[in-house]
Amino acid sequence: VDSKQPDKSLVVHQLKAWDENAVSEVIVFRGETTVVVPREHLMRAAAYLASDPSLHFSFLSDISAVDRFPLEPRFEVNYHLLSLDRNERLRLKVRLGGSDPVVHSVTEIWPTANWHERECFDLMGIRFEGHPDLTRILMPDDWEGYPHRKDYPVEGYR
Amino acid sequence: MTTIETVTGQENTMVLNMGPQHPSTHGVLRVVLELDGEIVLKARPVIGYLHTGIEKNMEAKTYSQAITMTDRIDYLAPLSNNLCYCLAVEKILGLDIPKRAQYIRVLLTEMTRIASHLVWLGTHAIDLGAMSVFLYTFREREEIMKIFEYVSGQRMMTSYFRIGGIALEPPPRWLDRVRSVIDSLPAHIDEYEGLLTNNKIWLARTKGVGIISAEDAIAWGASGPMLRGSGVAYDVRKAFPYSSYEEFDFNVQTQTAGDCFARYQVRVAEIRESIKIVRQAMEKVPAEGPIKAVMPGVVPPSREEMKASIEGLIYHFKIYTEGFATPPGEVYQAIESPRGELGFFVVSDGSTNPYRVKVRAPSFINLQTLPKLCEGRLIADVVACIGTTDIVLGEVDR
Repeated sequence: VDSKQPDKSLVVHQLKAWDENAVSEVIVFRGETTVVVPREHLMRAAAYLASDPSLHFSFLSDISAVDRFPLEPRFEVNYHLLSLDRNERLRLKVRLGGSDPVVHSVTEIWPTANWHERECFDLMGIRFEGHPDLTRILMPDDWEGYPHRKDYPVEGYR
Repeated sequence: MTTIETVTGQENTMVLNMGPQHPSTHGVLRVVLELDGEIVLKARPVIGYLHTGIEKNMEAKTYSQAITMTDRIDYLAPLSNNLCYCLAVEKILGLDIPKRAQYIRVLLTEMTRIASHLVWLGTHAIDLGAMSVFLYTFREREEIMKIFEYVSGQRMMTSYFRIGGIALEPPPRWLDRVRSVIDSLPAHIDEYEGLLTNNKIWLARTKGVGIISAEDAIAWGASGPMLRGSGVAYDVRKAFPYSSYEEFDFNVQTQTAGDCFARYQVRVAEIRESIKIVRQAMEKVPAEGPIKAVMPGVVPPSREEMKASIEGLIYHFKIYTEGFATPPGEVYQAIESPRGELGFFVVSDGSTNPYRVKVRAPSFINLQTLPKLCEGRLIADVVACIGTTDIVLGEVDR
C-alpha cells in the first residue's frame, strides 16, 4: 500500500454515513475501489461526491460501459472519478438491465461527461436522460446497431 | 437556394465547414463553424472519420496480441500506449516488473514524449506560418525515431513493451546513441525558442488566444499540458507514480495564463524535463539484468530456455497459441502520455482475451474544450486553438 494514498475506505465510509442506500456493493480489486450505486441514487451520490468539500471528486476521468450479455443486469456503466485534492480515484458503477438501459446524465455535474456519454450511447446503446445532445459521435449518424455490444459481431453484419 | 440551419438562430450568419480534409486539422477532424463575419459564434467538432473499432478488436485478441492495437491508437506516442496497456494487464495479473525493464520503459516513454512534443511544436508552428521550425523539429524527431528503430526494429509501431517487461534485450551500445541525441537536444530547443518565444508574430497569434480557466479545464476533463497551462499541477507521473517514476527527480511544469502561449511554454519546458529524466534513467539502467518478470505460463521463456527445457517449450507453445488466462476483475491504469492522462480500463472475465478494453483518450477529451477555446474569437484563432490542444485523430476516434 502506497503511504501517500489516503485510506480508500474513508470515502466509502463517508458515502455510507451520508446515505446507506446509495451504496449497494463495494468491490476492492488490486487496490482499486468500486462502489456500486443503484440507478436511482446515482445523481445524488455523484453530486455529493463532486461537491462535498472533504471529498471533492471534481475531475471525471472517464465513463465506460461494459456489456455482460447474456447475463442480467446486462450493462455496467463505470464512472472513473478523481479527486485532485485527495489525490485519490474512485469508480462508481451502475448496473442496468438489458431491456431498459437508461441512466440519468451526469453532464450537469461534470460537463466533460457530454462526449463520454455520447460515446456510450453510440457504441453500447445506453441512453442518458437529460443529456443535451445525445447523438452518435464516432459512428455515422445513420448507423444501425451498437457495435460494442457483445451480440454484435467484430466484423459487423455482412 | 438551400439554407443551412444555424445553431444560434441569428440572421446573417454563415456556416462554414472546416475539414475533414484540411491541412491544419491534423488529420480528419471536421469543425462546423458558425460565423458572424470573421467572428466564430459556434464551433462544433465532428469526429469519427478515423474510427476503426480498436477497442472492439482488442476483445477478439489475446492479451499479448492486443498490444499491437495500442500502437495504432496514438501513433505519435506508441510507446506510451504500449506502456499503459501493459501496466493495466500487469496490474490484473499482479506482476512485478524487474527494475531494469522499468527504467528502460521510463527512458523510452520520455523519448516518446520528446518526439511527440517535437511533432506538435513543428506542426503548430507551421499552422501559424512559421515554416522553418517544422523542418528543425522533424530533423531531431527523426533521430529519436532511429533510436526506436534500433531498439525495437520499428520506427513507429514499436510494440516493444510486452506484458511482463520488454520484448528484447536492447542492442549493444544503444545508450550511446540515446546519449548523443539527448546531448544535442538542449541546444536545438534553444534554437526553436529563439525562433518563437520572442517572435512578435508568434506572440500575436498565441498570447491571449484560446484561454481556458483552471475551473473550466477541470470541469471539462482536460489533462496534460491543457490542464497545466491553466495552472493546475496535475501530472499522473507525480500523482500516481508508475514504473518507478517516484525515483526520478523532475518538476511538473505549469503556467497560469491558460492561453495558447502558456501551453507552448509548458510543452517546451516539458521537453527539457524529459531530457532530465532520460539522463537519470541512463544512469540508473543496469548494464545487465532481467528484462522480463518471471511468471511461467504468462511471460514467454527466453529463447535458450525454450530450446533447452521441456517446460519452456510447452509454455512457449501455449502462450503463443492460446494465450494466458488472467484473474477476473477490472482495473483502471492511467499514465501521463504526451497529451495528458491516458487511461486503460481493462475488464477481465478470466479468459485469455480481454473482456472489454476502454481507452481514456486524452485528445478525445481535450478536443471537447475546443468550442470553449475559440467561440467569440476570430476564425484565424481556430487554427491556433486546434493546434494547441495537440490532438491525434487516431486517438480521438480509435
